Amino acid sequence: MATTLTTPTFLEDRFVRAFEANEGITLNGSNANIHGVRRAAMDAFQTLGFPKPKVEAWKYTNISRVLRGDFGLALSPTSHGLTAEDIDGMLIPDLDAHLIVLVNGRYDAGLSRIGELPEGVIVTNFAHASEQYADLVNAHFAQYAKYKEESFAALNTAFAQDGYFVYVPKNVIFETPVVVLHVLTGGDSLFIQPRSLFVVERSAQATVIELKQSTTEVPMFTNAVTEVYVGANAKADHYQVQEEAATQHQVTYLEAYQERDSYFSTHTETFSGGTVRNNLGLLPNDENIETHLIGLFLCNGTMHVDNHTLVDHAMPNCMSNELYKGILDDKSVGVFNGKVFVRQDAQKINAYQTNKTIVLTEQAKMYSKPELEIYADDVQCSHGATTGQIEDEAMFYLMARGIPPKRARALLLLAFARDVLDTVEVEPLADYLDGLINARFDA
Amino acid sequence: MALLTINNLHAEIEESGIEILKGLSLTVNPGEVHAIMGPNGSGKSTLASVLAGREDYEVTEGSIDFDGEDLVEMDADERAREGLFLAFQYPVELPGVSMTNFLKEAVNAQRKHRGLEPMKAVDFLKLMKEKAAMVDLNPNLKQRSVNEGFSGGEKKRNEIFQLAMLEPKLAILDETDSGLDIDALRIVADGVNALRSPDRGYIVITHYQRLLDYIVPDVVHVLVNGRIVKSGPKELAYELEEKGYDWIKEELEPVG
Repeated sequence: MATTLTTPTFLEDRFVRAFEANEGITLNGSNANIHGVRRAAMDAFQTLGFPKPKVEAWKYTNISRVLRGDFGLALSPTSHGLTAEDIDGMLIPDLDAHLIVLVNGRYDAGLSRIGELPEGVIVTNFAHASEQYADLVNAHFAQYAKYKEESFAALNTAFAQDGYFVYVPKNVIFETPVVVLHVLTGGDSLFIQPRSLFVVERSAQATVIELKQSTTEVPMFTNAVTEVYVGANAKADHYQVQEEAATQHQVTYLEAYQERDSYFSTHTETFSGGTVRNNLGLLPNDENIETHLIGLFLCNGTMHVDNHTLVDHAMPNCMSNELYKGILDDKSVGVFNGKVFVRQDAQKINAYQTNKTIVLTEQAKMYSKPELEIYADDVQCSHGATTGQIEDEAMFYLMARGIPPKRARALLLLAFARDVLDTVEVEPLADYLDGLINARFDA
Repeated sequence: MALLTINNLHAEIEESGIEILKGLSLTVNPGEVHAIMGPNGSGKSTLASVLAGREDYEVTEGSIDFDGEDLVEMDADERAREGLFLAFQYPVELPGVSMTNFLKEAVNAQRKHRGLEPMKAVDFLKLMKEKAAMVDLNPNLKQRSVNEGFSGGEKKRNEIFQLAMLEPKLAILDETDSGLDIDALRIVADGVNALRSPDRGYIVITHYQRLLDYIVPDVVHVLVNGRIVKSGPKELAYELEEKGYDWIKEELEPVG
């Protein structure tokens, strides 16, 4: 059942009214902690409101324009006709994985294939986890997402119902990746708010790959929040491949908290969608932490992709590396805003930030804003942004060997994306991404 | 039948409209090596670029017949597939494009043009190894990006390696010898000589007679101010090396 959000005076009112109508009924489970946070988050949302275009952090992405659609709030699972065969067609070939399927933001037990797990590992949906593993969930839920400052995070927290939950206990090397397949489907325009938790305890290791797919052209809006906890000496890798329809918009938040000696990487690969805004917040909160933020965006049509990242180095002897590459075709728009804070006590920090974009047409636009704010004095930091075209001389060299221009262009664009693909440690995923780039430019 | 017939070729820089080639004529038969020498700015590299199909130049008059086809009408990639090869004066670095991938694309594009199936991976790697050895290129190069981090000599040897892989009908070497030490020059020349055949023609553009001790030409042409003003046997190169180009210019422009 979908509660329709119609005729708003203000965009925010629709959500406030829906919250008031459903709080204590549809929204509630047995987890009292979540219920308590819900109310606080709603209050925060009411105070914050949606970001206005004049707010610096949203300057190049007018989100209220795409929020105006008539979206229904999906507070209960929607019925759908997706089959196991449909799901097969959306997965990464040759990748052995534990599969969670979320249809319009809700877990589908029939389509998921979680399989056998190492002892102590939990792979399930958020709704189930919040009841069954309440202590684990409560230890991390709403601890890292800045729901008191970010209105989308507040809204998601207020309505948090379902998403994925991955928990890896200490010392467990969880080798087979978890694939979370998000599918948008059906004929109703929905406002979907998945809420997820990825917890990797001390000296453990795990990989989550989120695939965002769609079987419909109906306008949708996804507002997703994922919180990640990486314990001491642990390694966590997170991938997100965005392939939604041009009529579908999304705002995603990933907030990660890292303990000492830990490693975390997050990779965001955007291939399609309408307006896409990805927010990453990284808090390496102790010494000797390594953090990688990697992104690739291939935009065409009127796509608008905005990657907004923050790394907050409060502690010394850490390393963060940020690499974002984009290829903009047609009238698409790319935005990169990466901020790295190095606080006064955070000595011996190595922080690198690179954003490179190829613009294929005169209509496409790139706004790039790498920012370093350094208050410590013994650090190594660099940042750089370049925006350019394919080099004529490189094209000529390839053509002079008999390679047709279209193929030559594809080779050069693939080469441009190569260092991003090289960071993908899951080989079938790297091949899959390689294939998507090839298909885009060599169709 | 001639492999290449250039007749009264006029070409200008597209952007500025400045004419560089001013009525150049040249015939290359299969199996022949033609050396083209000339002072700086005479149009040597422009000739190479125009033949290879670089878009910065426009042919305004004259004709180029390549093995029975009108070359001017073809794009650079079509010319290459028809069997024309340019060894670049300044080989381009292609970060992220591996040598293997690059050559596989090139070889298979040409095979497709001739109605052949793509080469099997095993055969291809074998061929690469064999041809790389011809120009003394490290066999580990196949994982490296094209020309990226190559020394000057390696880049030039890589051009001859590509020539060996693609086996063109006509190869144009654009100052392949410039900047090479004698060891590298020998390797390049040995590679070229090994690839001489009765049905392959060469145009060797150079500043220095020295190269022609190693790649012995059938004819030496002198290019001055966009035209071939003198042609002769290989001994002409010695004369040019010794006397420079002024005497030829004087022959052309009688004082008075």
